[in-house]
Amino acid sequence: MDSNALISLNHVFKTYTLGDSTIHAINDIDLSIHKREFVAIIGPSGSGKSTLMHVSSLLDNPSSGKVTFEGQDTTDFTEEQLAVVRNRKVGFVFQQFNLLPRTSALENVQLPLLYTNTLRSERISRAQAMLEKVGLGQRLKNTPSQLSGGQQQRVAIARALINNPEVIFADEPTGNLDTKSGEEIMNILSGLHREGRSVVLVTHETEVASVAKRVISMRDGKVVSDERDGKKYRALTKRKSR
Amino acid sequence: MRLNLRNVSRVAIRALITNKTRSVLTTLGIIIGVMAVILLVSIGSGLEKLITQQFEDLGTNLLFVMPGKFQFRDSREGGPPGVATNKLTLKDAENVARKAPAIIETLPIVNTTATVTFRGKETSTFIFGTTENYAKVRNSPVKSGRWFAKKDVDSGKRVAVAGTTVVENLFGNRDPLGQKVGIAGQKYLIVGILTSKGANIGNDQDDQLIVPITALQRQFNIDKLTYFYAQADQNADLDKAIEQIKKVLGKRLKEDEFSVLNSKELLSTFQSILGTITAALGGIAAISLLVGGIGIMNIMLVSVTERTREIGLRKAVGATPRTILFQFLIEAVILSSLGGLIGTAVGMGIGLVANQFLPVHTPLWAVLVAFGVSAAVGIIFGVYPARRAAKLSPIEALRYE
Repeated sequence: MDSNALISLNHVFKTYTLGDSTIHAINDIDLSIHKREFVAIIGPSGSGKSTLMHVSSLLDNPSSGKVTFEGQDTTDFTEEQLAVVRNRKVGFVFQQFNLLPRTSALENVQLPLLYTNTLRSERISRAQAMLEKVGLGQRLKNTPSQLSGGQQQRVAIARALINNPEVIFADEPTGNLDTKSGEEIMNILSGLHREGRSVVLVTHETEVASVAKRVISMRDGKVVSDERDGKKYRALTKRKSR
Repeated sequence: MRLNLRNVSRVAIRALITNKTRSVLTTLGIIIGVMAVILLVSIGSGLEKLITQQFEDLGTNLLFVMPGKFQFRDSREGGPPGVATNKLTLKDAENVARKAPAIIETLPIVNTTATVTFRGKETSTFIFGTTENYAKVRNSPVKSGRWFAKKDVDSGKRVAVAGTTVVENLFGNRDPLGQKVGIAGQKYLIVGILTSKGANIGNDQDDQLIVPITALQRQFNIDKLTYFYAQADQNADLDKAIEQIKKVLGKRLKEDEFSVLNSKELLSTFQSILGTITAALGGIAAISLLVGGIGIMNIMLVSVTERTREIGLRKAVGATPRTILFQFLIEAVILSSLGGLIGTAVGMGIGLVANQFLPVHTPLWAVLVAFGVSAAVGIIFGVYPARRAAKLSPIEALRYE
């Protein structure tokens, strides 16, 4: 495996049992994501693209196989250790925004900092700076119900960025938005990539995926193509077939 | 990562404030439970204190001699001391005073309820027939006029000392001294008014009229006593004094025709009865506290289910299972302790108001126990929902619809 990779997956399976049948949501995946990469994972629903994202981001445990994060094997990580990585190294953006209801934008953005030992004053100033960065400097006190979908997603991005993570995972970030808001969100994500962050995007819209530099296509739990700037990614050619 | 309790508490408090109505309604169960415990224990404890105080007023060297066989615990067996079996006379009281060396003096009592009239007004009250010693033995001085004297008792003169309630009922603002009231057709001259002792447990201690025992016995043609007090010497051994009384009375009466009671024993009997009642009432009230606790568990479980996505999100952004556990546990404990605090305050407040009709005394231990128990209720009934929240897998929680 690539030792310089940010995240490496090695023979990773995720299996669900439904009654008598066993479903491989992802089936023997080998994959590396590097620093400063902008990756889109595409595929029809049920292809395993979301599961791949969850396992890569340490939000979910693989059924078997090895996930390495910054060179560390996470197989034997405790819940506490996983929580620290999710808190410090990873930022999440969800299709459903997942903001806390009846809670102001400023407080929603501070959420990850509540699980660190950051002082209250610093929490507030950092959250404010993040909201200004995503263009919501005038909406600090607004609750999610007082914000449009695009604005809510921008709050979610500010929240994902607050701990200055290495990588942002975005699961269908534009799925619940109109075209214009979706474009704004994609511009912000591209901006984050230009700043030097890794961005992993899950989508079923090829148009959205085209913003990314690398596109991984999934079908039935397997990677069917891995292209960088339209060319086949060399890592894929090395991939052993079972 | 170290658990940041300050932040977790802040998160818990925010969650409670965000769901104000639910928080208040959940707390209500605990408030009512704690309030009931505090109130009932306060009333029981107040009664006990009052009775203890009354016995202490009597003095520990006071003995009661009653007709018949007196059994506190199983009174049905011996039956109440009825008039037919009453053989206790004034002579017996005099004999005890004279012949029992440890007894300084005796105070014979005949009491009855009668209608007392004055110029068309009438009131029903307690009539005590006794001797002039009553003032001293029962510590009951007059505030105006005079107590009747030994010669009044010896001659059976129809004079009376009145309690303030009787005076109010019959005379209003007029001066009763020198007026004559009617008791069952006979006129009694009011010579004194008793100093007010106040009311307790619905028993107005000023609603009484005290007359010479001889006059009352003559009027109603009775020669028996309701009971008599025997005051022992301050330094006397009470058991010895009781033996002496039994010896003196035994010459004329059979063993089961009288009883000698020690005020200390009576007090401890009353105290144990009241203690049992207080414990029983407190126990019943504690059940409502338990129900309140189950209410908290119920709401916390609903809350965990309702906030499954929130829990998933918190885990996704770095909350550990322990942080989530503590968040929900702290929420439960805040609800129950707050309920305990408010319940205690409300219970004591109602107690203060009720103190005008009932003797109420809130012991410190009851406050501490009520508060401690309610906090414990929060922990006990909060653990299960909190553990459930902590164990949720972040991704399944996020997917929860």
